[in-house]
Amino acid sequence: MSPDRVDDLLTAGDEAGFDAPSTREVRQETMVINMGPQHPSTHGVLRLLLELDGETVVSCAPVIGYLHTGIEKNTEYRTWQQGVTYVTRADYLSPFFNELGYCLAVEKLLGVEAPPRAQVLRVLFCEMNRIASHLVWLATSGMELGAISVMLYGFREREQILDIFEAATGLRMNHAYIRIGGVVMDLPEGGLERIGDFLDTMPGRIDEYERLLSKNPIWLQRNVDVGRLSAGDALAYGVTGPTLRAAGVPRDVRRDEPYSGYETYAFDVVTREGADCYARYEIRIEEMRQSLGIVEQCIERLREPGPVMIEDPKLGWPARLEVGPDGIGNSPAYVRHIMEESMEALIHHFKMVTEGVSVPAGEVYVPVESPRGELGMFVVADGSHRPYRVKIRDPSFVNLQAVPTMVEGGLVADTIAVISSIDPVMGGVDR
Amino acid sequence: MIAAELAERVRAVAPDVVVARGEVTLTVARDDVTATLDRLRAEPDLSFDFLASIAATDWPGRDPRFWVVYELASVEHLHRLRVKVGLPEADPTIPSVVDRFPTANWHEREAYDLFGITFEGHPDLRRILLPDGWEGWPLRKTEELGGVNTRYHGAFIPPVDRRTS
Repeated sequence: MSPDRVDDLLTAGDEAGFDAPSTREVRQETMVINMGPQHPSTHGVLRLLLELDGETVVSCAPVIGYLHTGIEKNTEYRTWQQGVTYVTRADYLSPFFNELGYCLAVEKLLGVEAPPRAQVLRVLFCEMNRIASHLVWLATSGMELGAISVMLYGFREREQILDIFEAATGLRMNHAYIRIGGVVMDLPEGGLERIGDFLDTMPGRIDEYERLLSKNPIWLQRNVDVGRLSAGDALAYGVTGPTLRAAGVPRDVRRDEPYSGYETYAFDVVTREGADCYARYEIRIEEMRQSLGIVEQCIERLREPGPVMIEDPKLGWPARLEVGPDGIGNSPAYVRHIMEESMEALIHHFKMVTEGVSVPAGEVYVPVESPRGELGMFVVADGSHRPYRVKIRDPSFVNLQAVPTMVEGGLVADTIAVISSIDPVMGGVDR
Repeated sequence: MIAAELAERVRAVAPDVVVARGEVTLTVARDDVTATLDRLRAEPDLSFDFLASIAATDWPGRDPRFWVVYELASVEHLHRLRVKVGLPEADPTIPSVVDRFPTANWHEREAYDLFGITFEGHPDLRRILLPDGWEGWPLRKTEELGGVNTRYHGAFIPPVDRRTS
């Protein structure tokens, strides 16, 4: 077709008063697609209803609930101590934080405090957990945006941390290590040295991730100015954690309302002004370094031995654990004591196992700073030996609400970057 | 600000303030909830501009049976406040606060989904964690745990509260 002919056609209707509509006006149709719940980039079973105009996201509606397991309801039918094993499974990438929030809430209701060494151990494991969680975020985000090697490195280092967790708690995830009144047991022999070795290697590894990504042109194009969320919008949506700090708001529960002695540790609350996916990446990288610093301070405080569980025998449980040939269990000396020596000890043991502790009536809300933001535990007691209500304010649940604001108007490929930049864990979202 | 001092300032907004375990709790009637939240946010000394969470609790046999619990915080002053609203069994409805706090959207849907509390004026009050066709309000105390049907000799494992003491 000759150019003249095209011009003729384009102007043909004008004399007749016919205005050819522009392309944008003609294409009224949009397409709705389901991203998830089975999609490798949705970090579990998140479903996004995306309305697309070509490659552009017109609207986005997150659909959740595919991993609802009734954790809150289940805790109401168990003893207070058993509650730890339920809440730890909510946000499965940060189990220590769930345990800590729950135990701090119950201890607040009881009006007791864990011994100093137990508090240091809690901080130590939480900060190691923060690094492990940020490593999973780094690994999966890298993979989703095409940086496959970062995935391998992230999981390699996380494995080192999980090995330490396994040596100390017996499990790689869902540890139920932090208990009401303290922690289950002290570090194993050589534990401090093992953590020290990790501290020696990890800073170099973080530098390595930065060398791979921070100035990588593809990484920059996929992240800079993508998924912006202003400080005002973030606060309106209740967003906390790295996503909020990336918008320049220095909100961190560890600093604002210190618990477990955080006020005595030196660390920085990292903020950035970019408010985009890249700023969230920078924050998590720097937070890993800050966590390493806190772990180092913990090690210094753990040189002197001390009790790791509250002295009160009516609260301290489990009483005495030891590692035997088939794993962690009641120590042989303790079993001999209750089975052969003391009827009272046996009765006490029986009461603690079947009934557990009674907690005075009341309600508390205890926030802790999880890797994803403010993890709040609203715990109600009615004076019985079971929780009356445990409500987990999971940061992923709240942060996900801001996703439509971040992705609408952007490209569908950016949705992947945005989702990974807020690091949702569906176990915590759906509970 | 220490809890007693904060309680004193909150008392200027609404009278029913209790301090327990270092936490300040304000109880208001359901018709006053939106106006109270507005004033708590507007007062410069208080500036409760961050809604952390909305939880519900169920107390069958008592009046009010349901409680809706707002956990507020101030970004500027770093203090916290709990606002509680009691709802009668016959009419568990309460005004929505989504227009004031966008974050309330999912929290209110969750309380609706699990407790059957209706938030009037909510833009999209649907179930959020459970399937749309689900019947009942599972976190009410009157709802039972289901138990497990197994395929082994047709055995049924009763729910945990009927297994133990």
